[in-house]
Amino acid sequence: MRNGFDGGVHPPHYKTHTEDVAIRSAREPEVVVIPLVQHLGAPCEATVKKGDVVDVGQVIGDASAFVSAPVHASVSGKVFKVEPRLHPALGKPVPAVIIESDGENRWHDSIEPRDAEDLTPEEIIRTMRTAGLVGLGGAAFPTAVKFSPPKDKPVDTFLLNGAECEPFLTADHRLMLEGTADILTGMRVMMRALGVTTGTICIEDNKPDALAAMEAACKDVPDIKVVSLKTRYPQGSEKQLIKSVLNRDVPPPPGLPMDVGVVVSNVSTAHALSRAFKTGMPLIERVVTVTGPAIAEPANLLVKIGTLFHQLIEECGGFEGNASRLIMGGPMMGIAQFSTDVPVIKGTSGILALGAEDEWDGEATACIKCGRCVDVCPMRLVPILISAYAEREWYEKAEQLYAADCLECGCCSFICPARRPLVQAIRMAKQHIMNQRRERQAAST
Amino acid sequence: MTDYKFVVGSSPHLRTSENTPRLMFYVLQALFLVAVASTILFGVRAMAIIGVSVLAALAAEALWQKGLRQPVTVADGSAAITGLLIAFNMPPLVPLWVPALGSAFAVIVVKQFFGGLGHNFMNPAAAGRAFLVSAWPLAMTSGWLTPFDGATSATPLQVLGGSSGSLPEGWQMLMGWRAGCIGETSALVILIGGLYLIYRQVIDWKIPASFIGTVALFAWVFGGTDGWFTGDVLTHVLSGGLLLGAFFMATDYVTSPVTKRGRLIMGLGCGLLTALIRLWGGYPEGVTYAILLMNVATPLIDRMTIPRPFGTRQTKVTG
Repeated sequence: MRNGFDGGVHPPHYKTHTEDVAIRSAREPEVVVIPLVQHLGAPCEATVKKGDVVDVGQVIGDASAFVSAPVHASVSGKVFKVEPRLHPALGKPVPAVIIESDGENRWHDSIEPRDAEDLTPEEIIRTMRTAGLVGLGGAAFPTAVKFSPPKDKPVDTFLLNGAECEPFLTADHRLMLEGTADILTGMRVMMRALGVTTGTICIEDNKPDALAAMEAACKDVPDIKVVSLKTRYPQGSEKQLIKSVLNRDVPPPPGLPMDVGVVVSNVSTAHALSRAFKTGMPLIERVVTVTGPAIAEPANLLVKIGTLFHQLIEECGGFEGNASRLIMGGPMMGIAQFSTDVPVIKGTSGILALGAEDEWDGEATACIKCGRCVDVCPMRLVPILISAYAEREWYEKAEQLYAADCLECGCCSFICPARRPLVQAIRMAKQHIMNQRRERQAAST
Repeated sequence: MTDYKFVVGSSPHLRTSENTPRLMFYVLQALFLVAVASTILFGVRAMAIIGVSVLAALAAEALWQKGLRQPVTVADGSAAITGLLIAFNMPPLVPLWVPALGSAFAVIVVKQFFGGLGHNFMNPAAAGRAFLVSAWPLAMTSGWLTPFDGATSATPLQVLGGSSGSLPEGWQMLMGWRAGCIGETSALVILIGGLYLIYRQVIDWKIPASFIGTVALFAWVFGGTDGWFTGDVLTHVLSGGLLLGAFFMATDYVTSPVTKRGRLIMGLGCGLLTALIRLWGGYPEGVTYAILLMNVATPLIDRMTIPRPFGTRQTKVTG
């Protein structure tokens, strides 16, 4: 049954820093910066203005577009400003609502627990939307959209993604140990929303305690099973997970898991959905792993969305030694930051600080054509040729070699013995190709 | 916290610890075993050939790069590998200037002329050997000795090709107790070195397996004197430069395909050409030319074997 996927690499896990550190709540932030774009899709418009008093869980930004998710106040207090602030994923200032906390944590009137048991799929999906749920694994795709497949795309299988294949990150791992019941509840609600009768929880075998916890919780649950996956990066990528567990091949972009009858959701997202019903509170906090050799006391923190990185880093003892790289997310796909003055957003699974003394990179040397990038590509691409074309700006050639299918998982750059920036070059080609396709589409309509 | 300056780079922010010099070091480890074996078999003469050849390769690269004011890359180990492989392809009685010249030619003309490591289109050692064979055929195809006793003798492939002499026993062939180039005879040691590189994931098993397999098949079917399917497979596989070429020269990264299917084709092609030359060609040995021809075909093989990307297979939905 476990067929595995093509390629992949085995980076060191580096999870020991935090895998045994229980989740604890971060200090209450005095100020939160809540960007109005925290998801893939249409940006939100602010629904509050400077000087407004807001309560915890109150909508502060929303959009009417289908592919979007509202954002909520994570503290109670006064709106200090609505202005562009540096965004950790987009790398540029993006409109954000800045709230000064009054320290009262006063809940908004609309917050009330709901029983998910007797809700219809439509009502569940509506709650996913109003709770501002997005995929918490990192991609931040609006959950309500994912759970609304068109009628011609029947879904027969639901996978709960607990692979957490990025090195260093342990947020999902800890949540599986400490929020087992909530994850299971959320998963059941998700299955009901899809109308599927069986679900599978997928966990890599480097988390035996999480596997055991989930298996114990599912012992008397016939319609949910737990599978142990042989640890290999990027198993947590939806396409690779579906291949590993179900041996189904998701078509290349714009193909989606629903094209092969599958919906995949992260364990943290299921947990958040369960909380959204239990407490009625929308997505205003998440677990963030603050870790890395340049962090003094690595930890898994439950963090209010909008809390600034530097507060969390200080809370973890500050930088230790010479911090040279600050990354949002894991080391394989995470986004490098140039400032600690950026907020935690819904997609922030980790804050990672790497030290200068560790050799994380190195100067690129001549390609020796060893072909390792080809061997490890989970999409069966030929990174060596695509990147060579991209470097010469021969984007048509790169497109013919399926550059647009690239996941940007980073396996090729990771394995390259000549330290060549393969993903970087392919990403460039990919952006160029996507822009051209968009232009062509715009021209034809 | 504002005084920190962070490096902002593209993901991934983590790299494997294996780099080019490390991979070359693994190859050098394997080749060192072969060098020890050839010194045991052919004595001081082997040591001298190896020393001269490696020094010439290193000096040629350093001088060339110094002269052109390029960074000197001798430390990456690739020139040393070329020097060792040239040495291994020498008859024991070869004059010492021959390997020196061959190494210099391989490094400068075959590698540096085309842009240095990663840019050559033929394996430098194989091309260097081919150059020497065509320029000084006598020095390169005579001077064979039996190990230890130092008596002149014909090589097994010459015997198979009709020269007078007797074939060594199978175990003698395996241990390298036969006439031949100094580094090609010790089959067992080459095998150990090759398997070590496969274990270290430095080389892909597909090239040596399909190369040796194809030669073995052809030798068995067509190599016999009593009709089809009577060939002496073991002698063919263990003689000449087949093992050395299959494990250490055909697997050269730069000049072999990067795709999985391409590597199989590389091995098959090398095997086919080697068998053709050995069984029906004018030379007793064809490994060098087979590898060179397949080197030249490598870019074409790569382009013809681009895999279909993930997701192009049709999947049925049951729901």
